[in-house]
Amino acid sequence: MSRFHDLTQLPDARGHFGPYGGRFVSETLSFALEELENIYASLKNDPEFQAEFDNDLKHYVGRPSPLYHAERWSREIGGAQIWLKREDLNHTGAHKVNNTIGQALLAKKAGKPRVIAETGAGQHGVATATVAARLGLKCEIYMGAEDVERQKLNVYRMHLLGAKVVPVESGSRTLKDAMNEALRDWVTNVDDTFYIIGTVAGPHPYPMLVRDFSAVVGREARRQSLEQIGRLPDALVACVGGGSNAMGLFYPFVEDDDVAMYGVEAGGEGVATGRHAAPLTANAPRGVLHGNRTYLMSDEGGQVADTQSISAGLDYPGVGPEHALWKDVGRVRYVAADDNEVLAAFRELTLVEGIMPALESSHALAHAKKLAGEMSPEQHIVVNLSGRGDKDIHTVAKLDGIEF
Amino acid sequence: MNRIEHNRIDQRFAALKAQGRTALIPYITAGDPAPAHTVDFMHACVEAGADVIELGVPFSDPMADGPVIQKACERALVHGTRLQHVLEMVAEFRQRDSETPVVLMGYLNPIERMGYEVFTRQAQASGVDGVLVVDMPPEEAGDNAALFAEHGLQSIFLLAPTTSEARARAICEHGEGYLYYVSLKGVTGAATLDADAVGEQLNKLRRITELPLCVGFGIRDGATAAAIGRVADGVIVGSALVGRIAEHADDPASVPAALKSILGEMREALDREAVG
Repeated sequence: MSRFHDLTQLPDARGHFGPYGGRFVSETLSFALEELENIYASLKNDPEFQAEFDNDLKHYVGRPSPLYHAERWSREIGGAQIWLKREDLNHTGAHKVNNTIGQALLAKKAGKPRVIAETGAGQHGVATATVAARLGLKCEIYMGAEDVERQKLNVYRMHLLGAKVVPVESGSRTLKDAMNEALRDWVTNVDDTFYIIGTVAGPHPYPMLVRDFSAVVGREARRQSLEQIGRLPDALVACVGGGSNAMGLFYPFVEDDDVAMYGVEAGGEGVATGRHAAPLTANAPRGVLHGNRTYLMSDEGGQVADTQSISAGLDYPGVGPEHALWKDVGRVRYVAADDNEVLAAFRELTLVEGIMPALESSHALAHAKKLAGEMSPEQHIVVNLSGRGDKDIHTVAKLDGIEF
Repeated sequence: MNRIEHNRIDQRFAALKAQGRTALIPYITAGDPAPAHTVDFMHACVEAGADVIELGVPFSDPMADGPVIQKACERALVHGTRLQHVLEMVAEFRQRDSETPVVLMGYLNPIERMGYEVFTRQAQASGVDGVLVVDMPPEEAGDNAALFAEHGLQSIFLLAPTTSEARARAICEHGEGYLYYVSLKGVTGAATLDADAVGEQLNKLRRITELPLCVGFGIRDGATAAAIGRVADGVIVGSALVGRIAEHADDPASVPAALKSILGEMREALDREAVG
């Protein structure tokens, strides 16, 4: 049996992953979380609910997403074979929709006519606005004012989808502040509102249910590896902000001890500079934010630190609690890619394979390139290409001195 | 040991009960608008008739607070106010006031980062009486509640209109000092308040606890204080005071008079109810 079998039994009844996770929230939220926990418990193993979820993933999202052999790029690197799990080809252009489909179905079952969400890069906001449009739910998206500026295209997409985008001016005006504001909305409007959290963080049961909905990625990748490679891959690589796409890919492989896993955090200007968003790589101290205990970047007084990354979607000072545990037990190695490495990977994949990756996913690509170079051509790496790069064209163009 | 008798919070509520009066509990954010003024503001609150002071520990991510207290946290943090400094402020306050109970109110991460042992030791030495950690419900308090108790720090917990009866029982069992009943769904500083509905909820709670029931959220003037004072053992006023401090942020010397004016009106209204 796998020496990591115990990891599949988590979280415990109160949402703890070892010392991490939990439900550190104001009493005003306890009722809503208990309600959500009960709804999820009643539907989790309900074949009808699962069939509805699978049906939506197939016919609305377009799953399964391909596992693509990046032959030319692999050859240029001259090491291991790199395979891309093409989550960028999903409807709405990223893996985020897997989770929002699942949570929107929960909202529908719970009879809540309004959904809210936080978003960083805007991918989760777009995915939420999309499913809200389809189900006829009222939708409000909280987005840090700085991210609204960085991600104008996605903001406009959400407008077109009928969602209201609320720029958040408090704090550092990024993802963490958007989450604060969404939580405030939820306590105020808990009777008619469902909060669709976009990552494997937040209070219990969110880390668990977002993981479960995202794990379709890993289940497919595992099956496709057996079919296309003829065996399991040697390594998996995915970027980690809150950690939902990495969790989605990794989770179904947890007990495959021979499959190495690499979570790639946002190195920003370099982990050594302190200007990054890599709490695991930097060994940030244990802390509590947004309802869970995890590795959390904060100053000596416990104030949450400002983070730095070229990608809005990874610009988060904490990380999902299950990743925190996986670091401690050594199941996953967490590393960082800095902004320059990320940009280089973005350009390289676009030029060599004709696939323009999201800047978030480019973190995973940057590390996969390094890793592949150290491996042999008989070995295989599966990278989660978690989203497409259209939304980042403004950011990259700006660095090239081009304004639209 | 008669730990309970020695706690300032229990003593204060016992005395109020004997007098048939309602507790007036102001909340201010430590370090707002700058750390040098906080102790003066605390004394001003006491002079205006405060029975307990809730001193807010500023936090970068005050998830349960509305814009008024968010901005107060930001003003305090700009000046570098950290938990360590807040404890020093309490110690300074204690040099002139050894009677008024002080409750620290805030979020868990600053305590987590300082370390629970260090925090409890220093809080006790500074003269803190109670701790209300917004994002630490009883089931996550674990060993911390026991550690706090060992050092004479009472754990104050929140109750909400949405709290189930089963949860309310558990919270009342763990709670000490008083219970903070959040009168509204929402964040601090939210709008309207229905005193009759609050009264009904408090009556249900009285069947399961003997702890004093204090009500916060939505109390902004003498009239709202009096209305809640009729049904509660204490009224907690936060955003209304912090908003007043914000208006005077450019002239902190004028804040004590402003605090005395608003708290004085509430004190008078509460005592009128008590007499009537």
